[in-house]
Amino acid sequence: MAEAPQDFDLPEAVAASKRRWSLSIVWAIPIVAALAGGWLAFKAISEQGPTITITFKTAEGLEAGKTKIKYKNVDVGEVKQIALSRDASEVVVTAEVVKGATPYLVEDTRFWVVRPRIGAGGVSGLGTLFSGGYIGADVGKSSQARRKFTGLEVPPVFTSDVPGRQFVLRGHDLGSVGIGDTVFFRRVQVGQVTAAELDKDGNGVTVRIFVNAPYDQYVTTNTRFWHASGIDLSLDAGGFKVHTESLAAIILGGIAFQTPPGIAVSAPAEADAVFTLFSDRAQAMRLPDTTVKSYAVVFDESLRGLEPGSPVDFRGVLLGEVKEIGVQYNPVGKQIQMRVEVLIFRDRLISRMKMMAPEAKDPKAFVDTLVVHGLRAQLRTGNLLTGQLYVAMDFFPTAKPAAIDWTKEPPELPTMPGGLQELQASVTGLARKLQKIPFEQIGADVHQVLQSADKLVNRLDAEVAPEARATLAEARKTLGTAERTLNRDAPLQVDARQALREISRAAQALRALSDYLERHPEALIRGKREQKP
Amino acid sequence: MTTTTAAEAGMLGCHACGLLSRPSAAGHTLECARCGASLHVRKPYSISRTWAFLMAAAILYIPANVLPVMETGSLFGAQKDTILSGVVYLWTSGSWPLAAIIFVASIMVPGGKLLALTVLLVSVQRRSSWNPLERTKLYRMVELVGRWSMVDIYVVAILTALVQFKALATIKAGPGAIAFGAVVVLTMFAAESFDPRLIWDPLEERQRHG
Repeated sequence: MAEAPQDFDLPEAVAASKRRWSLSIVWAIPIVAALAGGWLAFKAISEQGPTITITFKTAEGLEAGKTKIKYKNVDVGEVKQIALSRDASEVVVTAEVVKGATPYLVEDTRFWVVRPRIGAGGVSGLGTLFSGGYIGADVGKSSQARRKFTGLEVPPVFTSDVPGRQFVLRGHDLGSVGIGDTVFFRRVQVGQVTAAELDKDGNGVTVRIFVNAPYDQYVTTNTRFWHASGIDLSLDAGGFKVHTESLAAIILGGIAFQTPPGIAVSAPAEADAVFTLFSDRAQAMRLPDTTVKSYAVVFDESLRGLEPGSPVDFRGVLLGEVKEIGVQYNPVGKQIQMRVEVLIFRDRLISRMKMMAPEAKDPKAFVDTLVVHGLRAQLRTGNLLTGQLYVAMDFFPTAKPAAIDWTKEPPELPTMPGGLQELQASVTGLARKLQKIPFEQIGADVHQVLQSADKLVNRLDAEVAPEARATLAEARKTLGTAERTLNRDAPLQVDARQALREISRAAQALRALSDYLERHPEALIRGKREQKP
Repeated sequence: MTTTTAAEAGMLGCHACGLLSRPSAAGHTLECARCGASLHVRKPYSISRTWAFLMAAAILYIPANVLPVMETGSLFGAQKDTILSGVVYLWTSGSWPLAAIIFVASIMVPGGKLLALTVLLVSVQRRSSWNPLERTKLYRMVELVGRWSMVDIYVVAILTALVQFKALATIKAGPGAIAFGAVVVLTMFAAESFDPRLIWDPLEERQRHG
């Protein structure tokens, strides 16, 4: 080892330290961690969608942190918190929606809780039995954003992505129609009832229906809607009628619609158009009766079987209906009479009498003419079984002349006693005649006749019978003798046969003689010549 | 107590085999003459390295607890569980001992480790002479307990491997599991890179000067 020179003031070499790579590399680790953490945080924040609140009546089946919000069965959010509203009347569900679903949170978006539901119409939400309920969503079409929603208590019948149109029906009562019931068109299921509620004034009901495309085009401005609920039984002068739509409608009820025939096809109805809901098909399909004229008809007979709504008929054509039935006192005859007010739909009368259109211009004169020709109202039995009556208008040329008093309101049409009444009268007359017949006298006479007949028979028995018996015995004897005489081996027969044989021989001899005489007529004189040898 | 430490005497103790050797003048990287391990008076850049690991662990500790560790998918819907929600579930369903074990092993231990290492580092940097013995004990505990935090990761790994019935039921490891595993590993690195001898250095200096 060489001695280090002390004299030179030499600078000491600096030991180059190794570059601190290790240190810098170590610091890369927290940087990477910070980057990773930062990225995760950014991702979490950027993926976080809006928070919405939905109010429900109950939180049954909902669980914070678990219950999902699904649209078309795709998870679009999750319930984060469930709390009571301030007045504890509702449940406020706070949910976080995925960011991609933000545009769907609009004014008319609807939410409801999907739970297993079993109804007469079917079973739904069965999957939620195991997985727990979830919140279903139906995205609206509005463009106005919304964050606070009110949840539906029942799932909507149709979702907004189903093509079709909604209509409003106003009816007298709800019948057996319920939400979710079927709407029929020519017995095809074409839609559903989406809402049914009482009007605010309590004077009727409003039913909302949804008709699926393409059937919604059949709903025109002239379409009539009626209750197809259950079984429609009617028993009237027309007979016994049962009318149903389908088995499902019997159980569940429903609404049917159709455009009455004979009306020109009109334009399809607008969405949310308002229609009248009729109680049955017949009522719905009735032609629009614009001009209605009421008349009074007064009868002397019982009106049992006639009721408001009973038909007024002219030789089978429905002209109108009975509006009111009452009693009136007739001071002239001091009688109580039955007064019936009928409505005559003049349009029907006139449309069916187009041929007489000129006369129809003055309806009063026209009706007067008809009355002069014998038009009368009459009560007739429509159904013998049930005794339903109807008012018939017909011509009775033999009727007593009458006229309409147009000063009364309503004018009174002349009547004829009903068929039944006439029948009753003739039956009574017949009975009276029958009463006049002296049945007792006739009985006594008949008795006498029978007695003499008995005597006669007795005499015949006592006197005629033995004589007849003797005669018969004689006759039998005679017949026996005759039989014996005519027997084959009877002497008479044998003798006769022998005699005939003799006669035939004699005839032979006579022929031989005549032959000989023919050849030898001289023998008659000379006698038979001896034959020469 | 007066002791002469290896550092004071200019000696180097081997980390691996414990052989005491004299520093050589030549060269800057020294090796143990017996086992070949690199020799330092103290672990190089111990404090800054530990800080680096500790900070990385602290950052990842947040996603580890916030993100789901396990994603369970079954016939009846999917579910994502974080460590804490798992503990809550176990607790509410009545498995209190199990909930306690998971809570201690997966939440308290990593959090405690982060805290303990921070305390140690700050005290060393401030050359504090406060309670060196207790601090050394704390360090030993941190080193010992570190690996037990992996219980959660084991459970998730085993379930993920076992429960794979397609549509019926599947279990997947969530992003939280990776973060959690990283936290455990990083805290172990941090504990490893910390040199406990630093705890005693200020004490000796004070003795020498005082």
